[in-house]
Amino acid sequence: MTPFTYARAQDAADAVRLGAQAQAAFLGGGTNLVDLMRETVARPATLVDVSGLAQAIEERPDGSLLIGAAAKNTAVAEHRAVRERFPLLARAIVAGASAQIRNMATVGGNVLQRTRCTYFYDEDGARCNKRVPGQGCDAVDGFNRMHAVLGASAACVATHPSDMCVALAALGAIVHVQGAGGPRTVALTDLHRLPEDRPDLDTVLAPGELITAVELPPLPFATRSAYRKVRDRSSYAFALVSVAAAVDVADGVVRDVRIALGGVAHKPWRAWTAEGLLRGGPATPDAFRAAAAAELAAAKPLRDNAFKIALAGRTLVAVLENLTGGQP
Amino acid sequence: MSMTISINGADTPLPDDPRVSLLDLLRDRLHLTGTKKGCNQGACGACTVLVDGERILSCLALAVQYGGRAVTSIEGLAPEGDLHPLQQAFIDHDGFQCGYCTPGQICSAVGMAAELRRGVPSHVTADLAASAIAASHDEIRERMSGNLCRCGAYNGIVAAVAEHVAEAP
Repeated sequence: MTPFTYARAQDAADAVRLGAQAQAAFLGGGTNLVDLMRETVARPATLVDVSGLAQAIEERPDGSLLIGAAAKNTAVAEHRAVRERFPLLARAIVAGASAQIRNMATVGGNVLQRTRCTYFYDEDGARCNKRVPGQGCDAVDGFNRMHAVLGASAACVATHPSDMCVALAALGAIVHVQGAGGPRTVALTDLHRLPEDRPDLDTVLAPGELITAVELPPLPFATRSAYRKVRDRSSYAFALVSVAAAVDVADGVVRDVRIALGGVAHKPWRAWTAEGLLRGGPATPDAFRAAAAAELAAAKPLRDNAFKIALAGRTLVAVLENLTGGQP
Repeated sequence: MSMTISINGADTPLPDDPRVSLLDLLRDRLHLTGTKKGCNQGACGACTVLVDGERILSCLALAVQYGGRAVTSIEGLAPEGDLHPLQQAFIDHDGFQCGYCTPGQICSAVGMAAELRRGVPSHVTADLAASAIAASHDEIRERMSGNLCRCGAYNGIVAAVAEHVAEAP
């Protein structure tokens, strides 16, 4: 691990001030960053510990929730309002990592966790444009079973590993950010980038900008929602594909629907195309299959991951069938 | 910032070098070698300890981040010469072979029992709204999935943990 200095931020303004130093990084639970530092993939000169900042989960009168960025993943998953009103979020969180890691990891850190692409981690043995811009990508023609089928580029085929973020994308979460220029908000679906020719940039955040909270806008029909994760073992594994969805059905018609896919792209993939096709149409398996096919029409397989396209489509259809009362 | 950390009830200075993990503080500096280093990258659970009663991975924890907190390792679960009920249950149910993962398994199970008591849901919990969750075989397996045992002593581990959570208040 490269030497660094450690500073504990007293509040968000203090964190932003400390984070303005050259090569500073914010430290949440450390479950990803400490590992990356040990591998010398990350080499911050200063660690600004923000794990003691806002941890409250605030229920607001309009039905929204404001989750402090330092809230632990476990605290979110066990919160009564999350379980009752946003169950897909609780489901997504407990589908990820292990209990020990969920007890450490913060919401802000989960949002900003980096890809688990093995070529990204392999500093000695592999080229990676995310790690060293312009170096090349050994995953494109390598072992890429876990990699992206949507929105990838010639420069990067990595996936975003978070389960929580897939639920947040479906819920239309709003990320509260504070930087040297003051506070602002960014829709979660706009926070993470597609790789294009700059895969070293995971998000649209400026250097030194701090996530202070994640807001869940009211979504009454999220009480009927699900998160389904398909993985190589039944627990403690990253997703091959995952689906977060919420559906509002009346008289056999889809009044509203939210869908996001995980494990398929460089960012949590909001299924805008499928949602648009389903909204106002019949809640039937045929309609679900057509919507899934349309969403995945632009998917491009790599050598080892063509299965993800069919798997994502079938998982999406199964989740919608379950939520609308069909057979599993 | 507090310059000490409580380890099994004893206040201990934090290391000067912020790179020192909680795991290395325990093993290399305090010679509390019960906590094991397996993968050192958060994948195996062998380094699990309790911080203020919550189970965490000490390999991914920088010791400086835990100033002012109370850490319990396997050595601190019971007074010297005594066994924690879970330690006895692991013996009774053959919950280990080589024993390398055992301290992490036991600390993890102590934390898990507390999570279960306060109703934290898991991936296999059918009803998210339930306030009480039964400690079924599937619940225990899922909740302990962050602790690997390469000897494959899982049946004994699950039996030991099941007996403990059934008897714990």
